[in-house]
Amino acid sequence: MASELNKLTIAEASSKLRAREISATQLTRDCLDRIAAAEPRLHAFITVCEKEALEQARAADARLAAGNAPALCGIPLGIKDIYATKDVRTTCASRILEHFVPPFDATVIERLRADGAIFIGKTNLDEFAMGSSTENSAFGATTNPHDISRVAGGSSGGSAAAVAAHECLGSLGTDTGGSIREPASFCGVVGIKPTYSRVSRYGVIAYASSLDQVGPFAKSVRDAAILLRTLAGKDVRDSTCSARPVPDYERALTGDVKGLRIGVPREFFVEGMQPEVEQSVRAALKNFESRGASTVEISLPHTGYAVAAYYLIATAEASANLARYDGIRYGLRVNAEDNIALYETTRAQGFGAEVKRRIMLGTFALSAGYYDAYYLKGQKVRTLIRNDFERAFEQCDLIVTPVAPTTAFKLGEKMNDPLTMYLSDIFTISVNLAGLPGMAMPCGYDSNNLPIGMQLIAPPFAEEIILRAGDAFERTGAFEPRTPAV
Amino acid sequence: MAETKITLEQVRHVARLARLELSPDDEQRLRADMDEMLAYVDKLNELDTKDVAPTTQVGEAGTPMRDDEVTNRPAAEAMLANAPLRERGYFEVPKIIE
Repeated sequence: MASELNKLTIAEASSKLRAREISATQLTRDCLDRIAAAEPRLHAFITVCEKEALEQARAADARLAAGNAPALCGIPLGIKDIYATKDVRTTCASRILEHFVPPFDATVIERLRADGAIFIGKTNLDEFAMGSSTENSAFGATTNPHDISRVAGGSSGGSAAAVAAHECLGSLGTDTGGSIREPASFCGVVGIKPTYSRVSRYGVIAYASSLDQVGPFAKSVRDAAILLRTLAGKDVRDSTCSARPVPDYERALTGDVKGLRIGVPREFFVEGMQPEVEQSVRAALKNFESRGASTVEISLPHTGYAVAAYYLIATAEASANLARYDGIRYGLRVNAEDNIALYETTRAQGFGAEVKRRIMLGTFALSAGYYDAYYLKGQKVRTLIRNDFERAFEQCDLIVTPVAPTTAFKLGEKMNDPLTMYLSDIFTISVNLAGLPGMAMPCGYDSNNLPIGMQLIAPPFAEEIILRAGDAFERTGAFEPRTPAV
Repeated sequence: MAETKITLEQVRHVARLARLELSPDDEQRLRADMDEMLAYVDKLNELDTKDVAPTTQVGEAGTPMRDDEVTNRPAAEAMLANAPLRERGYFEVPKIIE
């Protein structure tokens, strides 16, 4: 009988490791056993780092024995395969980087390493983080642990599914338009997109640089707070990264929501959304009210324009960021008679359909004669969306919405209709455009036993409010996590 | 028939700018997809943005300065290790100048 230490939260495991009740090696082995059992159905990982993880576990056990273990010592994490990890293949789920082995660590990987974390493997994603279902991975889709005929969400679907299925205790994702929050919601775990600039992006393969943000997945709000503490903070290698001091997020978890003013935007409860999603989020709002918080209806009038603005800005930035994949210095090369033909054939064979679609749209939006009508227009509407939030936060401390209009959809359901796929991010995208922190956390299940997520949004750098409210909701026991089918 | 937002000729031009080789099938499919997206983003024109400043970046204002000091060690071999084709300490490319 396996010990199933992989089912522990980070907070539980840390205290057991420190008390020497369990070893990091045993904990890591349990995660690896779970991976071996679940992966044939889930495919949450592109690369499993068994040997490296066990070495790291042994080192962690030595530090734990010596009594000077740092915060995350011995905690096995999954890492989205978009983070540069020294000497470990980093593919971004693309053929063009299939054999790429970075000679350096991303800043957040360095920080997690310094804090003693164990890297159990590199998780699956939509190629270059472009997608909402992880079906755009060049190495095959990830399935949802609650129902393997459904998607895990995306783009960080592997990281969400791995945590939901207890293949690791926490994981890292990235969120450009909802890529942490939507999969967290679909898989029934906690996922945070911090304030833009709160966490360094150095060593994160870039998709849309003015929107990309690093964040954690976890089984509880407390665990997410613990991970965010390690991730956040100034980095001289990312000039956009904020120098503001990083609070001890765990201390914000007081369990108290008295006096908290919660804004409920009317534009986020729309016709056509799954009724159970609305019911579940409304029930969570009642729960907050019963504990002394108040709710106020607010308006974010430009919400309906966010997806359109996003697909101009994000694709334009992507077209520039992905220009580096030319087959010369690293990655796939398809030989041709001259350089231009080499670039064109390398990129044609290296990129998948969705990546090409976005590069094309972005290149068009930036091209001579169309720049003002498309790219600049998108940036102006971005201002209107930011202003909406600024005004809303004059009336409330926190905004609560559904994460997505539906629970996890079926594999293949939206693959032939890009626009419908893009609209699954309708409730998360505006948060990226405004640069705000947002957290997804489970608040119920639908009649198919699929998790429903609520989204908590705060003003810039007010992650503590989100964490406090989310943790308080978790403590009420109103939501009881169910064991996933896989 | 709805107005066409983008022609096949424009798709080919954009593909050249983006250095993407497209098959005739790709061209047709991308034209249709881009047409749909461009029609969708047209809804932004419902908004008057004449006096609205664009947002290019949402981080904190200003670019921090630092001393111009070398902090990384030479790592040519590590960089070249990922090269698809190399000769000694160089990346090898097709001949450019006749």
